[in-house]
Amino acid sequence: MTVPISLTVNGKAVSVDVDPRTLLVQLLRENLQLTGTHVGCDTAQCGACTVHLNGRAVKACSMLAAQAQGGTITTIEGLAQNGTMHPMQEAFRECHGLQCGFCTPGMVMSAVQLLADHPKATEADIREGLDGNICRCTGYQNIVKSIQFCQSGAKASMAA
Amino acid sequence: MTDLSNPPQSVLGPIGQPVKRREDARFLTGAGQYTDDVVMHGQTYAAFLRSPHAHARIKSIGLDAAKAAPGVVRIFTGQDLADAKVGGLPCGWLIHSKDGSPMKEPAHPVLAQGKVRHVGDQVAMVVAETLLQAKDAAELIEVEYEELPAVIDITQADGHAGSVHDDVPNNVCYDWGHGSKEAVDAAFATAAHVSTLDIVNNRLIPNAMEPRAANASYTRHDESYTLYVANQNPHVERLLMCAFVLGLPESKVRVIAPDVGGGFGSKIFLYAEETALVWASKHVGRPIKWTSDRSEAFLTDAHGRDHATKVELAMDAKGMFLALRVKTIANMGAYLSTFASSVPTILYATLLSGQYKTPAIYAEVKAVFTNTAPVDAYRGAGRPEATYVVERIVEQAARDLKMDPAVIRRQNFITEFPYASPVGLTYDTGDFNALLDRATEMADVAGFPARRAASEAKGKKRGMGYSCYIEACGLAPSNIAGALGARAGLFEAGEVRVHPTGTVTVFTGSHSHGQGHETTFAQIVAAKLGIPIENIEIVHGDTGRVPFGMGTYGSRSLSVGGTAIVKAVDKIIAKGKKIAAHLLEAADTDIEFENGVFKVAGTDKSVPFGSVSLTAYVPHNYPLDKLEPGLNENAFYDPTNFTYPSGTYICEVEVDPETGKVNIEQFVAVDDFGNIVNPMIVEGQVQGGIAQGLGQAMMEGCAYDPDSGQLLTGSYMDYAMPRASDIPNFRIGNNVTPCTHNPLGVKGCGEAGAIGSPPAYINALTDALGVREMAMPATVERVWRAANKAA
Repeated sequence: MTVPISLTVNGKAVSVDVDPRTLLVQLLRENLQLTGTHVGCDTAQCGACTVHLNGRAVKACSMLAAQAQGGTITTIEGLAQNGTMHPMQEAFRECHGLQCGFCTPGMVMSAVQLLADHPKATEADIREGLDGNICRCTGYQNIVKSIQFCQSGAKASMAA
Repeated sequence: MTDLSNPPQSVLGPIGQPVKRREDARFLTGAGQYTDDVVMHGQTYAAFLRSPHAHARIKSIGLDAAKAAPGVVRIFTGQDLADAKVGGLPCGWLIHSKDGSPMKEPAHPVLAQGKVRHVGDQVAMVVAETLLQAKDAAELIEVEYEELPAVIDITQADGHAGSVHDDVPNNVCYDWGHGSKEAVDAAFATAAHVSTLDIVNNRLIPNAMEPRAANASYTRHDESYTLYVANQNPHVERLLMCAFVLGLPESKVRVIAPDVGGGFGSKIFLYAEETALVWASKHVGRPIKWTSDRSEAFLTDAHGRDHATKVELAMDAKGMFLALRVKTIANMGAYLSTFASSVPTILYATLLSGQYKTPAIYAEVKAVFTNTAPVDAYRGAGRPEATYVVERIVEQAARDLKMDPAVIRRQNFITEFPYASPVGLTYDTGDFNALLDRATEMADVAGFPARRAASEAKGKKRGMGYSCYIEACGLAPSNIAGALGARAGLFEAGEVRVHPTGTVTVFTGSHSHGQGHETTFAQIVAAKLGIPIENIEIVHGDTGRVPFGMGTYGSRSLSVGGTAIVKAVDKIIAKGKKIAAHLLEAADTDIEFENGVFKVAGTDKSVPFGSVSLTAYVPHNYPLDKLEPGLNENAFYDPTNFTYPSGTYICEVEVDPETGKVNIEQFVAVDDFGNIVNPMIVEGQVQGGIAQGLGQAMMEGCAYDPDSGQLLTGSYMDYAMPRASDIPNFRIGNNVTPCTHNPLGVKGCGEAGAIGSPPAYINALTDALGVREMAMPATVERVWRAANKAA
């Protein structure tokens, strides 16, 4: 048995038939080949699977694809516009906010939501706000710095 | 707040510059390609049925229902592998016990043979059309177990009624000794003072954010195998799998480790799952993919640390160290993982001299089997355990003698190099006083008493702790490692291929899984060849493209892998000079190479690098009678010694005795990594390493039920991973003494943070609380209990 799912993903309308127990993250990764969204745990703790559904950051591992029916989704692949990285993506690059890159898509999607909700977030607010995303590489210092850099509206250097 | 004011000594072109990472664009846009992202034509999926028991005999396995389940392609059990004479997983380091006997190496089957030995041990592999079908079918397998007593506590393993392996009845893998027992006993007999501590180095679960994954396929037309695997050293993986387990020629096996989402040691090893996949891919005739879920990762990734130690430090009346005696029990888990045996021996006891000229050291290490997941190298591997022992006992000695902890360290520091330690290492360089001076200044140690008084005035307790670490990186040279039991070489390989247009592809045996080699290695080549970084491509992680390699672990990539690249580039330049000499009608010896231009010394005659590379491939005007065309060079580099990064870390904490909450007021890290190629990346490595070390000290602890052997910390709901709000900002400084025996003068920075930080934190915490001992992880509960017991 399958269920038909229709969504808008990164600006494109998609329709697929999936097993009813398919998670949203499986639909994105396996049916749509959007492998930028990662799976780092099975208890909705690590946040590597974070995407935006109808403008809100959600953990795509902890909802069924069917629950996103009719929704509008942005994944990490859809964040850059016209070949230009989103300021948050630029900020992570500028501030060395990533190492292995595995948590990074979820971290960036969460960070975008965080600043949308709290444009004047303090460092403590940012650290609290990242509670749902685990990074094992960076020690978070440069992730926090990246988000503050984006918040300040500073422009990334053009240096290599 | 970063302080890198002390610049690298040999700044050359982009070396020493914080060049932004070239790999970031793909990771930031979702274009990274990790193993689970790879889907092959005809893909099938594997699920492993795992043991629910810590120790049990398998009486029967019923497969009928599972085989009939929808989508099932094949099911394999240990019997299938035994029938095919598939070997067990090997251990790469042979340790001999004090009595000269070799360590016990019980069989490590790819799928369980008759017995399971830890919760999560793999019993059967189901291959199906989809992952869900494979998992559904695995649940239908009926296994009848006879439960056996489980050995869990390492202090009870020797002599436990149960035996993890029937052929190792006392559960002892080896009982090893290192150093001079006689010299240590003699020194203790005359000591004015002895300080002692009982120390547990808590067991950790590595938790790279990308779970392990593999995808294996077999190609009939050339009878070859391809394995994509999340791994830190694909050539080692291939060598071990081919030579020791599957009996395949390496020429028929290609191992690709694409983007890998962190390793921290846990992806060094040859695991059962990928081995089973490769073997089965021929039988299934289709690609098979397995991706660990996080629950499986907790159960089956090789864990880290897990030592119980008694340490004694003998001193004279003035606090000069006379001798160090260490007795450690180390957990191997249920099976010997790839490098498990070397971690609590060669990588541990050899570091017990620390930064101090302790004249006599003796260590005894008993390694035991338990019914828990295998234990192996985890960020630092033996060196964090040694540093924790040394820096905890030195701090305790200062307290026992009522000395300033900085003073007792300083008076015992090694100050002359090279220094041959009594535990077998020769430190080539370092300046421990300079590190301590810089850290003392950055941490405003002079202002600490006032800060402590201010804390006390508001009912809080404040403490400061030091950690002065040294580590040994770049594990080498091969012949000495071989004499110490290594079953592998410890060199690195590199190839530099200059293309006709002057662009360059560099093939390195090192593997990057977050370290940024595509940037730093390119910086080195750009500096040496005088060409833009954009013209250089770094290729790693593919045995089909890279000539050979030993991979990335032990902070070795730059010092060993980078040096192999430098050697290959030097060969390119040497050959380029000959081509240039021909073009410029000069003698080879008169040609100089600088900033990408070959020129005749003392003249204005020159030819650019790009013209030389084009001539090498279009050799019309070329000395064909004495020089081969082409510009492509290989190099293997086997170091003459380890490198010795060192540092001083100072941690200052404030404890709220009412709640047990600890606030890290400041954390200062001053390291000596030798010359620095990219300070931005180095700082990132230090920040991440300190966070991992603080994770161990503050919150991470793997727990098994002591009776049933069930893993109690099997998810992120139960195992406390550091989050952004748990970790402070660090202030990082450095001091450079270049390594004396590699051309870059580099030492390695990947593990330092995890090595240096736990003792700094625990020394600060015990100082604040006025207690001798504080077990890691120092959870809020433990801190509260200590605060209120001491009050």
